[in-house]
Amino acid sequence: MNITVQIPTALRRLTSGTGQVKCSAANMEELFSALDQQFPDLKPHLRDEAGEIRRFLNVYVNEEDIRFLGGNTYAFQDGDEVLLVPSIAGGAL
Amino acid sequence: MSVAASVSTGFTTGVASTVSAKYELRCRECHKNWGNQPRSICEDCFSPLEVFYDYAAMRGTFTRERIASRAPDMWRYAELLPLPATYRPSLPVGFTPLLRAPQLGARIGAKNLLIKNDAVCLPTLSFKDRVVAVALAQARSFGFDTVACSSTGNLANSVAAQAARNGFKAWIFVPSDLEPAKILGTQVYGAQLVRIAGSYDQVNRLCSQIADEHRWGFVNVNLRPYYAEGSKTVGFEIAEQLGWRLPDNVVVPMAGGSLITKIKKAFDELIHLGLVEAKAVKFFGAQATGCSPIATAVKAGNADIEPQKPATLARSLAIGNPADGHYAIKAITKSGGWAEDVSDPEMIESIQLLAETEGIFTETAGGVTTGCARKLYRQGRILPEETTVLCITGNGLKTTDVLAGAYPVVEPIPPKLAEFETFLRTAEFSEIVEGLR
Repeated sequence: MNITVQIPTALRRLTSGTGQVKCSAANMEELFSALDQQFPDLKPHLRDEAGEIRRFLNVYVNEEDIRFLGGNTYAFQDGDEVLLVPSIAGGAL
Repeated sequence: MSVAASVSTGFTTGVASTVSAKYELRCRECHKNWGNQPRSICEDCFSPLEVFYDYAAMRGTFTRERIASRAPDMWRYAELLPLPATYRPSLPVGFTPLLRAPQLGARIGAKNLLIKNDAVCLPTLSFKDRVVAVALAQARSFGFDTVACSSTGNLANSVAAQAARNGFKAWIFVPSDLEPAKILGTQVYGAQLVRIAGSYDQVNRLCSQIADEHRWGFVNVNLRPYYAEGSKTVGFEIAEQLGWRLPDNVVVPMAGGSLITKIKKAFDELIHLGLVEAKAVKFFGAQATGCSPIATAVKAGNADIEPQKPATLARSLAIGNPADGHYAIKAITKSGGWAEDVSDPEMIESIQLLAETEGIFTETAGGVTTGCARKLYRQGRILPEETTVLCITGNGLKTTDVLAGAYPVVEPIPPKLAEFETFLRTAEFSEIVEGLR
């Protein structure tokens, strides 16, 4: 599936300033593999030592948190827009 | 440590005393230092940044006596706040009452219950005034002319008011279903309100994106590490108002999960600096059942939250994807505490209970805290004799809509004594009937 990934400013130094990446992936695993291949320096920032997505990185698909869509099992649809957003924001209570 | 800040305190008396503080941002996970800048995440590992202090520099000079000599507001703890050089506060924020609550205690099985009443925090009647005061101090030093926030209401009011007071432009992003009083209480200060057709979590995500594109000081995005430090003053005040002792238990409302972790940090800092004796304090978190990702994780023994779609009238706690959820769970479980949740009807009943017993009208978050405390006493997780503080963080005048229909409409009577006597007999009769039920 052809999808678009929005890269947050904090990570653009690792994508040569690119803020938007188009790639083909069926699911999260394939998406991250595609990003690893295109931007090798990005990998340790997105995944921890065990290969899991970092705890404070949220992934949204068409503005919905991917965890509400099945997380790693979600099958991307053509035209999906993926947002990578740090979860460190909001609430003081 | 890269920054030496001198801070003017003593707003109320007008006597400025200069203190020095040293602090900087550091990653909570990989411990990389980031100096001082408007940034909330570590670019290396995407984890949150935290303010770390040079405690050695203040040991022996930041004393109980020195604190006592300062004005009764949160700035008396300036050494333990990340304030820029020569900062002079413009408002006496904080130092709210810590009240004994014997009547409420009698109703819920507590013998040593206290209420930290931030329903009367200045200037906008919620604990958010503390965090905003610190965030705006840094916003000025970083050169922002516009401040902004995502908010469930109380933060909106506080940013709008303090921005007006300090000469900032303010942009406030809120979910469109916010209570009318909180919307009015934002617009009245001249802030630009942006209503988003979505949940708070969606507003929050949008603000993270906006903060990436606009050079604004988002108090709870790029200024968040500094902002969150303001929460510690609740903990400092509790300790000082207890005569420089720590309580046995603290019950804290949780939305993003930050406050409970910051009260713990405050207690740890006071112990570290020798201002209080070391003591194990249990931390208890309170959520609304309709949005309880942290309480659910604690009950299930999980280290991380699963996000939820909020469905509760407690809008100030309606954060389904809490940023500090992981750390709140850790603070609660490591202390031997617990987390509870209450339904919306229980929350409303608890707002009424607190008002009727102690004369404190709190908003929905306070109802959640009171209701959860009642459950915790019933469960035996908090024992009656233990010194327990309930954190009441907001004012009921902002969420009167949840009490709509809770009381009968009182029909007017003519201005005649005889009419009043009739009314009195009817009222007394109603009271007797109520008592027989």
